[in-house]
Amino acid sequence: MYLFSTMISELSFGLITSIEIFLLTILFSMPLGLAVALGRMSKIRPIQWIMKAYISIMRGTPLMLQLIVIFFAPYYVFGIGLSSDYRMIAVILAFSINYAAYFAEIYRGGFESIPKGQTEAAQVLGYSKFQTFYMIRLPQMFKIVLPSITNELITLVKDTSLSFVIAIPEMFTVAKQIAAADSSIMALLVAGVFYYIFNIIVAWFMEYVEKRMDYY
Amino acid sequence: MSLFEMKNIKKSFDGKEVLKDISFSVEKGQVLAIIGPSGSGKSTILRIATGLETKDAGDILFDGTFGLVFQDFNLFPHHSVMKNITNAPVKVQKRDKKEVNNVAKDLLKKMGLEDKENNYPSQLSGGEKQRVSIARALAMNPDMLFFDEPTSALDPEITGEVLKVIQDLAKEHMTMVIVTHEMNFAKNVADHIIFMDDGYIVEEGTPEEVFGSDNQRMKEFLGKFQD
Repeated sequence: MYLFSTMISELSFGLITSIEIFLLTILFSMPLGLAVALGRMSKIRPIQWIMKAYISIMRGTPLMLQLIVIFFAPYYVFGIGLSSDYRMIAVILAFSINYAAYFAEIYRGGFESIPKGQTEAAQVLGYSKFQTFYMIRLPQMFKIVLPSITNELITLVKDTSLSFVIAIPEMFTVAKQIAAADSSIMALLVAGVFYYIFNIIVAWFMEYVEKRMDYY
Repeated sequence: MSLFEMKNIKKSFDGKEVLKDISFSVEKGQVLAIIGPSGSGKSTILRIATGLETKDAGDILFDGTFGLVFQDFNLFPHHSVMKNITNAPVKVQKRDKKEVNNVAKDLLKKMGLEDKENNYPSQLSGGEKQRVSIARALAMNPDMLFFDEPTSALDPEITGEVLKVIQDLAKEHMTMVIVTHEMNFAKNVADHIIFMDDGYIVEEGTPEEVFGSDNQRMKEFLGKFQD
């Protein structure tokens, strides 16, 4: 029999790993998504095509499959042994490039809904293209896409559980192990509560950010 | 010597010719009003003059600086009134921030908006927004100003406050080209009027000459404003 307190402490350790995956994915995927969005909107056709294909593949295939492929590719393709450090790198890599595709499309939608007059006003005032981008379009885009970003982040919290397929000791992996050892569903229920609280905090934080951005 | 000159400008959109050989010039200190029915090409002239559209043929002779006031303001919603006015002078023209701030404050005072500097555009009425956008254009110290139907997006009862600002600028001999539907305003404030129809300049001259013209199309157009 598992002590309830042991279970909570083991799940909490798992939760820390889940949070780590969550934060690192945001850190890498949000800027990468911006780069992909800019490529997707580029006037240079080949860049546009490459980004379109990238987004299409990332969104069109299961994240779980992408995780497995990225984790095992070095071994099957190059015959490189899999170190335990690589497990976490593979997870962050897979999540980041997958979420970047979604963020890219969200950003693109945001950029496209900024009235054309904004760019024209900036042009007439002599703003360079780069200045127009980071002073006028980028800040306006972020406000427009905040609700969609919130959606993605909430999905990401739950998606971190997919890391169990390559045995990362995040919360879901831990909960499954405890449930199997304990022949009880309790650990999974507790993990569910933890995920739910995690997401309430994310939603609350994003609501705060939206309020802060509501000055105009 | 004219400050600004357009020579034989032509422009088509998707095979439809909207400007057919447009030539005119603007003297320093002159106020030119461009009038004419919708779709006659008035706004396209301004968009070409300000570089927002390319011309298909012709020449533009001008080596000064200009400002453009849009019909729908195009203020930056995420910037305060003050920042809307000061950002380009500071970041584009690299002028001293303090100097620009003082200029902006003087302009806001002139526009009757001295208490609005910390507001955001969404908190302003249409007339206030348009006055801020005129201040934004003036803060760049332009040699001339273009206005693209500056009162068309405003409720009729508040067009007066914007027209008054433009009238004051005319008294200070600001060189201006104004595309407008306000016939009385054009008559009172402009030194020179161009009447456009179907991509051509049909009539041009002093307000007296243009409004007293015997040209049939001109008469028809003015008739619509006199009922």
